[in-house]
Amino acid sequence: MKVLVPVKRVVDYNVKVRVKSDNTGVDIANVKMSMNPFDEIAVEEAVRLKEKGVVTEVIAVSCGVTQCQETLRTAMAIGADRAILVETSEELQPLAVAKLLKALVDKEQPGLIILGKQAIDDDCNQTGQMLAALADLPQATFASKVEVADGKAQVTREVDGGLETLSISLPAVITTDLRLNEPRYVTLPNIMKAKKKQLDILKPEDLGVNVAPRIKTLKVSEPPKRSAGIKVPDVATLVAKLKNEAKVI
Amino acid sequence: MTALVIAEHDNASIKGATLNTVTAALACGGDVHVLVAGHNAAAAAAAAAQIAGVSKVIHADGAQLAHGLAENVAAQVLAIAGNYSHILFPATAAGKNVAPRVAAKLDVGQISDITKVDSADTFERPIYAGNAIATVQSTDAKKVITVRTTGFDAAAATGGSAAVETAAAAADSGKSSFVGSEIAKNDRPELTAAKIIVSGGRALGSSEKFNEVMTPLADKLGAAIGASRAAVDAGYAPNDLQVGQTGKIVAPQLYIAAGISGAIQHLAGMKDSKVIVAINKDPEAPIFSVADYGLEADLFTAVPELVKAL
Repeated sequence: MKVLVPVKRVVDYNVKVRVKSDNTGVDIANVKMSMNPFDEIAVEEAVRLKEKGVVTEVIAVSCGVTQCQETLRTAMAIGADRAILVETSEELQPLAVAKLLKALVDKEQPGLIILGKQAIDDDCNQTGQMLAALADLPQATFASKVEVADGKAQVTREVDGGLETLSISLPAVITTDLRLNEPRYVTLPNIMKAKKKQLDILKPEDLGVNVAPRIKTLKVSEPPKRSAGIKVPDVATLVAKLKNEAKVI
Repeated sequence: MTALVIAEHDNASIKGATLNTVTAALACGGDVHVLVAGHNAAAAAAAAAQIAGVSKVIHADGAQLAHGLAENVAAQVLAIAGNYSHILFPATAAGKNVAPRVAAKLDVGQISDITKVDSADTFERPIYAGNAIATVQSTDAKKVITVRTTGFDAAAATGGSAAVETAAAAADSGKSSFVGSEIAKNDRPELTAAKIIVSGGRALGSSEKFNEVMTPLADKLGAAIGASRAAVDAGYAPNDLQVGQTGKIVAPQLYIAAGISGAIQHLAGMKDSKVIVAINKDPEAPIFSVADYGLEADLFTAVPELVKAL
């Protein structure tokens, strides 16, 4: 069984982004970029399934600018066997990415597609569900445990209030939550090996997909600033302030 | 122009998140209908009919809708989607699971986690863990939206008198099935709806200490308990208590953060709280930059003292 793992290149999670002064977007020039943390978990899970012998090949996919190749090399250093970049400089929204991935699913016929639950830049949490809909596959989102056996996956999901377990028939789409696994560190020898692995580059036109955005961003602004707070010397003062000044208790 | 709200319910009653979503739907202009898709959910449908501002409730009942499986619920929404200009889900685990599936089948972009309705096609939503607010305009004929519940007031749960109409339940996809669930039992207020939240971080050191220190404070204040990712990952608190970009988004009247440094990802989940109190022994902790009242102290002495003083 093949596994397809879509990965996204995003601003590193430790960077505090700044809004551009003309309100057209956030300033990401000269900012450190990395693989979306949920996608690292997705790659790790796919590689673990391969190590268990459930999976034969792990294919990493990314959609976006030329530099996404670095993200794909990272995925291959974790253990993906080969990679595909759908290269475009257009702004890609989840629906467009889901359509590109659907075309690749038709082409590669994977038994499982594992994505991160959301990208930490647009915070959408849509692509996996959209891909499942377009490819008419069952979905298990926000997975914290995955077991594959007999043409089915048993997936434990993190839901409001606790956990829920589903059984879905393969092929299927799974999106990862934080606690699915702890991604491994990539080692230098594996980074070197990853440089030799196959990386194919396609264009959206090759897949017959129109990636035009459906949602226009009119403005990006700073969130309202909180007014500066004060430090209190002790618990008694804190309680007094909460009672008399803030009136919240 | 009519909006459809997909109710979140447990087959017996309507969950609070539905009420906030109705308010957002009313802000889009036009009538608001509510879909209750479930199993033996007549009581939930009757409760939905009471919500102020709702003009019609559509009730679809079938065993295949019992557990909110995305495949079946999406099919149910699509069966009636043709009548609506706006389809709104609460941005909860259930809503986020189904909304994009509906949008993709309708071939429209989906707008996640809106915090404000500017007009029928323009909305505000936070991006980059809440460090920027994007104003976005949908160019699609139908808008499929998830609503951040803390961004909108709850509609009144009574005062409405909508008609309940029955719809045929969509067929079972047969591709997924519900196996079981482990829902944590607690009698505290629900985290996302609580007026006061006390939240603990890694500094608590163990799950015993977490309970020993945070529970009395929560009891005293009638508060919900939250946790940082570090505390959850270390096993001090269950996953569903996590507050942050990838956990729950909360905006209570009072948020008390004990032993939480205040990483960007945590702040994303609580910085819209009305009053924030930080208790931390590190004077440089970033949490102090958003706290209205900061107390530089060891939480193991300060929190019990606080319980006593209340």
